[in-house]
Amino acid sequence: MSQSSALASFMAGARDTVPMLVGAAPFGMIFGALVGTTQLAPWQGQLMSLSVFAGSSQFIAIGLMAGLAGVMVIWFATFIVNFRHMLYAAALLPHVRHLPGRWRWLLGFLLTDETFAVMDSYYRKHPHAPLGHWYFLGSGFSMYANWQCWTLVGLLFGAVFPQLQTLGLDFAMVVTFISIVVPKLVRLPHFSAAVAAGSMAYLLKDLPFKLGLLAAIVIGVAIGLLLTRLRTPASTERGMA
Amino acid sequence: MSATATIIGMAVITFFIKALVFVLGDRVGFSPTVKQALGFVPVTVLTAIIVPMVLAPHGQELELSWRNPQLVAALFSVAVCAVTRHQLLTIMAGLAVFFGWQFFYG
Repeated sequence: MSQSSALASFMAGARDTVPMLVGAAPFGMIFGALVGTTQLAPWQGQLMSLSVFAGSSQFIAIGLMAGLAGVMVIWFATFIVNFRHMLYAAALLPHVRHLPGRWRWLLGFLLTDETFAVMDSYYRKHPHAPLGHWYFLGSGFSMYANWQCWTLVGLLFGAVFPQLQTLGLDFAMVVTFISIVVPKLVRLPHFSAAVAAGSMAYLLKDLPFKLGLLAAIVIGVAIGLLLTRLRTPASTERGMA
Repeated sequence: MSATATIIGMAVITFFIKALVFVLGDRVGFSPTVKQALGFVPVTVLTAIIVPMVLAPHGQELELSWRNPQLVAALFSVAVCAVTRHQLLTIMAGLAVFFGWQFFYG
């Protein structure tokens, strides 16, 4: 395999990820700007983007830190919010199984919602691509570099306009989350799960270490599962959420 | 516990989750219930975080009032998102109403 075709595959992966890069940019910037609403120093915000590299869990950690949540609550929230990546990895496994260990660790680290979407459609079209891992690397690396840049822009923005924080910058997170959640509420189990989680989170908000948040999530998920079971009898259980 | 240790812990947990299946291969499996439960994680986590921020923006009392800019702008954003399904438009419109409402009624 020549080096130039590896590079071409890397570049193709990066190119096909461009729409995702544009979509992630405002979130990276909002994340960077929100770091200033917590006790974190700017370099710690960048460290989070560099080392965690999972946007939704980073937003949640920032929200929890601003509310002075306990470290175990933050770690537990990170675990359940990022758990979906295991399913992505399981779906992509047949295409990376043959690679050396260092490649599998690296591609695992670079896995995101966006790169999963790009790789899933790539492997559907090219199930036996010998340089697919270079394409994967191109997609993952471009997402990584993009996320670092926009986090930095947000950090600088927050540092230049510190008064934004007293104006209620945390509302940027509220409206960002609304824009993610509302399109997912098309089915009754999801709608009910969200309503239950939201109500319980409000009612239990004064529990220490934000434990009420965890209880609310567990209750919401349980209600969603229950309603799914009631609507689809066990014999016809096909349409997974 | 320092914030840096919290961040490193998040990084280790996330890396473990992302890389485990690639590294261990077929030795990791998931029950249908786990997969189904995961489908409810985004909507419950995000909603549970924002509802208290909107209903009680100052931490304690319920602020069910048209003078609460978080509540007004959040309801407006939900409506915009439900009608348009456009993420960036929802964010821009929600922020515009929030800052405008805060300026005039805050």
